[in-house]
Formats: sequence, structure tokens, C-alpha cells
Amino acid sequence: MDYEICIGLETHVQVKTRTKVFCACPTEFGAEPNTNVCPVCLGYPGSLPVINEVAIRKTVLAGMLVGAKIAHHSKFDRKNYFYPDMPKNYQISQYDLPLVIGGTVEYDFGVVDKKRLGETKVCRLTRIHLEEDVGKNFHFERTSGVDFNRAGTPLMEIVSEPDLSSSDEAFAYLTALKEILIYGGISDCDMEKGQVRCDVNISVRPRGQKELGQKVEIKNMNTFSGVRHAVDYEAQRQIETLNRGGRLVQETRRWDDMAGVTESMRTKEHAHDYRYFPEPDLLPVSLNEAWLAEVRKLVPELPSAKRKRMVGRYGIPPYDAGVLAADAALADYFEAAAQASKNPKSVVNWVTNDLLRDLAEAKLAIGQSPVKPPHIAELVELVDSGKISSKIAKDVFVEMFKTGRAPAAIVAEKGLVQVSDTGAIGKFCDEVIAANPKIVADFKAGKEAALNALTGQVMKLSKGKANPQAVRDALRGKLSG
Amino acid sequence: MSLDPKTPKMDVPYLAQLARISLNAEQVEKFGAQLQQIVAYVEKLKEVNVEGIEPTAHATPITNVFRADEPRTPPGDPAPFLKNAPQQANNLFVVPKIVE
Amino acid sequence: MGLNDLTIHELAGRLAKKEIAAADLARDVVARTEAMEPKLHAFLEWNGGELLTAARDMDERRARGEVLGPLAGIPVGIKDVLNVQGHSCRCGSKILQGYVAPYDATVVAKLRAAGVIPFGRLNMDEFAMGSSTENSAFGVTHNPWDLERIPGGSSGGSAAAVAAAEVPAALGSDTGGSIRQPASLCGVVGMKPTYGRVSRFGLVAFASSLDQIGPFAKDVTDAALVLGAISGRDPNDSTSVPEPVPDYTKALTGDVKGLKLGLPKEYFIPGMDKEVDAAVRAAVDKLVSLGAEIIEISLPHSDYGLAVYYIIATAEASANLARFDGVRYGSRAKDAKDPLDMYGRTRGAGFGPEVTRRIILGTYVLSSGYYDAYYLRAQKVRTLIRRDFMEAFQKCDAILTPTTPSAAFKIGEKAEDPLTMYLSDIFTVNVNLAGICGVSVPCGFTKQPKLPIGLQVLGKPFGEATILKVAHAYEQATEWHKEKPKI
Repeated sequence: MDYEICIGLETHVQVKTRTKVFCACPTEFGAEPNTNVCPVCLGYPGSLPVINEVAIRKTVLAGMLVGAKIAHHSKFDRKNYFYPDMPKNYQISQYDLPLVIGGTVEYDFGVVDKKRLGETKVCRLTRIHLEEDVGKNFHFERTSGVDFNRAGTPLMEIVSEPDLSSSDEAFAYLTALKEILIYGGISDCDMEKGQVRCDVNISVRPRGQKELGQKVEIKNMNTFSGVRHAVDYEAQRQIETLNRGGRLVQETRRWDDMAGVTESMRTKEHAHDYRYFPEPDLLPVSLNEAWLAEVRKLVPELPSAKRKRMVGRYGIPPYDAGVLAADAALADYFEAAAQASKNPKSVVNWVTNDLLRDLAEAKLAIGQSPVKPPHIAELVELVDSGKISSKIAKDVFVEMFKTGRAPAAIVAEKGLVQVSDTGAIGKFCDEVIAANPKIVADFKAGKEAALNALTGQVMKLSKGKANPQAVRDALRGKLSG
Repeated sequence: MSLDPKTPKMDVPYLAQLARISLNAEQVEKFGAQLQQIVAYVEKLKEVNVEGIEPTAHATPITNVFRADEPRTPPGDPAPFLKNAPQQANNLFVVPKIVE
Repeated sequence: MGLNDLTIHELAGRLAKKEIAAADLARDVVARTEAMEPKLHAFLEWNGGELLTAARDMDERRARGEVLGPLAGIPVGIKDVLNVQGHSCRCGSKILQGYVAPYDATVVAKLRAAGVIPFGRLNMDEFAMGSSTENSAFGVTHNPWDLERIPGGSSGGSAAAVAAAEVPAALGSDTGGSIRQPASLCGVVGMKPTYGRVSRFGLVAFASSLDQIGPFAKDVTDAALVLGAISGRDPNDSTSVPEPVPDYTKALTGDVKGLKLGLPKEYFIPGMDKEVDAAVRAAVDKLVSLGAEIIEISLPHSDYGLAVYYIIATAEASANLARFDGVRYGSRAKDAKDPLDMYGRTRGAGFGPEVTRRIILGTYVLSSGYYDAYYLRAQKVRTLIRRDFMEAFQKCDAILTPTTPSAAFKIGEKAEDPLTMYLSDIFTVNVNLAGICGVSVPCGFTKQPKLPIGLQVLGKPFGEATILKVAHAYEQATEWHKEKPKI
């Protein structure tokens, strides 16, 4: 039978704040265990939570970026369950009145296949709510140890509708979501620091059936490729089970990345009874228009809009615009250079080819680039005005990246200015003509290609500084003269 | 107080397990009987017409109490917290091995 | 008579004028406490040496001419439910064995700022759950008026310590009557402020939406002084309210002429103790003679208060007490094989029967399938109870009721019957559900044996000044507060 896969994602993203969501402990990563803790985030008797306004603001901003409805009335609830990394044995979360309702994320298949760039789909969101993270467990031979530094870090949970129908779509959705969140300064989405974690809800149904199939939840994946593999495995497992005539049960499964399989954790009968109820220590959130207007000012241009605008304004190829738009800082860099130049098309080549390659090699972010945007514009101008050749420009760029100096200064210091002076070029030509009678004869016999060989010789003699067009013109003049 | 047969029956062992409190059989029976009486008592709330009534979760009509995103100073000292721990090592709170 | 027998308003003036030294007061407090404790067991812990050192330090600062707080040098007893930095805070429970508070509760910090010296850890029902202090894991406190009787609860230690003049004043907490009921049974003034008036930061939570901290004092003036010192918005407690704190002593004019006082018919019920009924009615007459106007009111949903209370309070408690798990502080069961085993045995051994019952009840009312029938319904009836009071306060300035339906009962009398025990809170719980303020002031005694009776004065949100005014006028027109137990 032909099956259709339905995937919904619950994505937990660390909200970028200086302090935890309910106390003033820093959210710094990698500190000594249990140094960023206080009575509140350790669940000490008598301590009380107080909401970090920036965590609320960024969650609302995320809602605005995905075109969602911001709740007029929202509240926090307690979700009760015991676990050693959970300081109060309840998590402050949001149950029936989340901050953000609905919204959509548009994703582009270009991230799974370059050829499909521009082919997009939309995934609906159910909600976004704010909650606190738990601590971190370390396992030893006979005991476990808990570090509560992470406990109380703000997390946004972004719940999607089951609109995704393949692992590729799940991957493209997550990539688009990440792009939006980084764009808005909402989260750094640093996967290596565990800032994005996913639960996947997946079911299969015969194609054409309306109702969803039996849902299975896969818990706690912290890489996008993990999600991709888990979805592929689990969808296949469900389809095979059904094809064998088996039945699927509502359950929670765990993805074993090493073994590449999902395995059952608990079935519905053993599902948690979380006993949600309104958090009495926190008062409701009721955001008025003035407050929302302040947040709206922070809404940046989204990648897809930015891509379209850059193609129109700078005349650059859509693919390059896509590369730039995917990273707000990179796009800003390009625009700064492009606006200082008469030739944005050339600027985009320098940025997406040379600069990105060298940055990747040096493991530097665009913000750390030794080459500044005006220098790119200057370099393009040096080439376009004929002051240096494209070949020399490559060498100049290497030097710019190494030293951070302006290209004109490098060119001047190293005497790299292109020689266009006909006197000097004429001397080089005479030398080459004298030394290559055979090639000269070929040219005179009508072999146009021979001119290239002679030009190459002249360029070599001039150490690349001669203007190739001027050389050709001079040679042609002398040989036909 | 007589027990209304319609009063729901509490599953004390299940609830004790949810609340992570070990009870012996004697406690289950004793607490069960006492709690059943209390549950029968609170059943009287069913008499009240609450149609259209909003629930009260807070006794204060205030909303939007926030704090600025500013780290506390000075930074934390883990010593007094770790000292309170029943078991600790290497700055970690130590518990019996967690098996998922 | 020692300095410990004086009120704060008497002491503060004499301390400021250097007529007496804080160290003299501290010595008398320690001597009285030493003498009384073997009989009362109001304190779980107290350190006379520490108090003396702090008092001498205060005297030295005064001698140097430092500007001191208005309550400089006054010792105030602290219920074991409030964190005092560097001290134990066991909440009358075995499960917090070994816990040392790393911080001061906001009220403790505020008292220190006013010059108060926090003194001792006062006994209480475990986690403030109870009406007799019999639920303390460390033994019952005895009522100073009759040592065979309970002092009330849960702040029984606070009430007994003030009644026996061990300390000039004490702090307690009130979730369903835990300040007013023991104050009534021990013959002292006890006040539950409006929800949000006083910061709860550092108060070990029982039921977060109901808990408030308040003072126990020998008279209304002292209660007003302590209330003023601990009130106000606290950035560490989101539910504390930015309402200005007036000088409550300014309201104590003795003038109640023209004030409208409501008498709710639901609080004068058949089956109530006759002597209590008579004493409260006499108190009403006294206020009338002082010029107050009495009007009949109705609080129709009063009868449901106890049921609502036992759902909401236990639900919140079931979550609030989940943190006592043996991981970060307190006691832990030995040789647990895994965390689940550790939780079950730590909590099974650490919590007493009443706390266990309430956690299970709270777990039940929140559990899947029962939430709407119990918890949600209780929250809706809570709305109706609050509405009753708000409507009543359209017609009157304050409400008068008995604080408790009867005087102190004997130790052990109700211990095995939780529901009957709960009924001692029948006149106090609605105040917490509505979030309004209330004060209990002595209004007479039963004859045989001689046991105190309390009059409860209730006020609208942030109407503390009004109810203190009424209680004070009544107190000054009577002699009850001058009677002391002979122990």
C-alpha cells in the first residue's frame, strides 16, 4: 500500500538572554558545575520565580517573525514530574494559554538539494510557549551527578502541526526555523551547546485517508541529521509493521544514534500524569499594544524577503542572494561592500567565493573577517579601472586577508600596479618577438592563436603587471606593421 | 459522616506513587479511609452553580510583573549549596545512578 | 516583672532614650525563655548567646551615635517556616534535617533593617499543615493558659512564645488561619495581611496563592509596628503588590464613630461554643457603645470555604513539597538503589501523616480526569467567595466574626480525626481564599477552664489600617489584653 507520512515537530530552542528565565543567574555556557546557581534555580525552600522580560519579548518576537497571533492573555503553569535534574520536581511551563498561537514557517528545498532552490512549502505552527530548562546529568559507575547551571535557562517550545511529510521536509523546516531565530537575535541555535533539541511526532496513513494514523513520539534529538535519520527509520518501521498486518501503539520512543534505531521508552498506559495547574507564584501576562509596538520595532527583514530585494537591487544571481540572505551578518557585510561599489556583481563573487573560503579555512565568523567591506569595494574598483589585473587581484586579496590592510596600499607598496605604459610594454614585446621567430611566423601565416602565446610570454616577462589588452594591441601593431 | 456511594474512589497506591511517597499497606488503608472521608466532604462543591464563573488562580488582580535581564552580582558561590547536599562530589550533586 | 513583659512600643522608646539597654532586654528574654521552654516547647531552637551578642552590638552602635532602625534591639521570634541565613529551617519536619538556610527571607531582612534581632526557630505544624502544632515532627507546643491543651496552629510556637512573654513579638504564616487561630487560642493579637501586602520570598511555601506572613504581638499597637516593618513590594516576589505602606500606628486613634461593621449571619451558627458566641456578641456591643454602626450582612458561600480550601491548598502543596526529594538538601533515605527508590523512601520517612495525606489529596485533585471536577470547580467557587466579600465591603468598612468556633482543645483530642480538626479553621479560611486581611484580638475567656477567645476583624484588600483601628479601639476599651497566663 502507498503510505503518507505525517510529521510534527516540537522544537526546544534556548532563548538568547543574559540571565535565566526566572532568576538573575547568568546563562553562560561551560562554567564550572553549580557555579551559576542560586536559591531560585536550585529550587530552594522559600525561593520564588520572577519572569525575565527579555525572555518574554524574544518569544513574542519569534511569534511576530512567523506571523503568529500574540496572546492577549497568557499564563504560566506547573508541569509536575520527578527527575533528579529538575530542581523543584515541577517545571514552570505554559499549558493552555501560550504566549504565541499559530504562525507558519516557509521552508526551501534548496537546503536538501541545490537544484530545488526556490521550491518552497509552508508548515503551520500550533503554538510557541516559554519554559525553563532542567539541569544536566553526568553518569558514573554507580552514581549520577547533577549540575544545575543550565537549570532555569529560558527555552522556547515551538510546536508545529503535522504538516511535514518526509525527512527532507523536516530537515528543511528546521533549517528555515533556525535561520529565522538567528535572524531575529532570538537564539544562537548553537547545536553544539545543545541550544536546539527536538521531539518528533510521527505517524503514517494510507495515502488519501483523512484521519491521522497512530502517533509515535521520538524524544530528545539534538541534531538535524539525527531527526532526518530517525524519521526515515521510524516511518519505515511503521510502514513495515502495518504491511505485516501488525498494529501500532501510541508510545514514546528514543532515537539511538549509534545503532540507528528507535526503541520504545513507554507506552500510553505509562504516560506521565503531569497534573498541570496555574503557577501561583507568577501573575498572568497581558501584553498591551504599546508593549507589543516596542517589540514590533525589533522585527528584522526575513531571509526570503531579503533574498528577493537583493536580487532586484544589486542584480546578483538568486543563488548567491540566497547564500547571503541565509546569514544576516553576511548579508549586511555584502550590502556594505556593494553600496560602496559600482559593481555589486563582482563584489558578490569576492564575498561568496574568496572571502567565505578563506573565512572557513581560518574558522572565522563573518564578524571577525580581517577584510572589511570597503576594502572589497576598493579591490573591485582597482580591477575595474585597470589598475591591477584579475590575477594580481587574487594575490592582493590573499595579502588583505593576511594583514587586514587596504588593497590600494598593498598594490602601491609591492609595486603591483598594472603596466599600461606603451613604452615599457613595447620593450617587452620587442624582446618576445625577437626570441620567438617561429610563433611570430605562425601568426603572420594567419594563426590567430599564436598571439595568445606571445601575449603570455610578455605577461610572464612583466611579472603579470602588464595590461593584457595593451600587450595584445602592441603586439598586433608591431607584427602587422 | 456517611459516605455517599457516588463519591469517587481514590486509588491511594497510584497517587502515592505519583507523589513519590512510599507507603506500607497499613498506611494505605488508614490514609485511604481518612482521605475518602475528606473527598466525600468536598463533594459538597457540586451543589454550587458555577456556570459562567471565572476561576480564581490569584488573589491579586495584577499582571505583567517582570524583571530586567541583568545578572546578579557578585557571581554565585556553590559552597553553601553543596554543603547542604546529602551527597556531593566534584561540585556535583550526587544521586543514585539514573537509569532511563 | 522583666523587660520581656513590656510591649514593643514601650521598649522602643526606652531603648531609644537609652533608659534601658538592648542587652538588658535580651537577658530577660533569654531568662524567660529558659524558664518557660521545658513546659511550653514553643521553640525548636534558640541561641541565647547569639541574641546577647547581637544586642550588645546594637547597644554599641547606639552609643556611637549611629542612626538605628525604629525597632533597634527588639528580639522577634521567627516561625521555623522562614529562612534565616545561617540557621536551620526545618518547617517542623524531619525531611529538612541538616538544612542550613543560605539566605534571609525578605521579612527577616526587613526586620533586620528596622533593627530587630531575629530570635530562635518557633515550633509549628509540619509545613504549616495543621491547627494544633501536634503535627510538628519535634513535639507539640503547649498552650500557656493550660499546658494540657494545644496552642492552635500551625503557628502555635509563635502564639505561645508571645503569650508567655518569651519574646515581645513573633512572625508566623497564615494559609487558612495559621496566625489568627493560634493567636485567638493563646490570647494574643495575630494578623494576616492582605495577599501581596508582605513578600513571601523566603517563606517555605505551603499553598502559594493563600500564604501570607504576619505578626503576633501582645497588643494591636505592636502588631501595627511589626506589620509596617515587614510590608511592601519586593522585587523577589512577583505577587507582592506595589501599594504604599502607611504608618499603621497613625490609624490607632481609638475613634470608631460612624464606622460600619458587618456581622455575617453565616458566622454565628448553631453548634458554636456558647461562651465564644457570648464573648463575640459582647465585643460587638462594646464597639457599638464606642460609636460603631452594626449592619447585618451575608456571605452566602461561606459554607463552601473549607472544601475549596482543602482542594486548592493541597493541590498547590503537592507541587510545592515535591522539591523535598533528598537530592539538594535535607534528609535522604540510605542505600537507595535508584532515584525512584530514593524519592519514595526519603519522602515516606521524611513526611508525617498529615503532610502525606494532604500531598496525596492534592495529587488526586489535580490528576488526569479529576482536575475539572475538583480543582477547577474549587477555583470557581473561590471566585464566588471573594465576590461575597467584595459585595459586603460595599456596605461596611470591616466585618466582625469569631476567630474560632471554640477555645483551645486538649492535646490528642482530635489528632486521629483530620476532618474534625479541619473544622477549627472554618471561620478563617475564607479570608485567605478571598485574599483579604484579618486580625484576631482577645475578646474574653471561657470560665472553666479559663481559656482565651478571639474576635476576628476582617477588612477589604489593603484595609489593614481600618481593621487595626477597630481592633485597637476595642482593645483599649477592654482589659483582656492585660491578662497574662500563670504558668
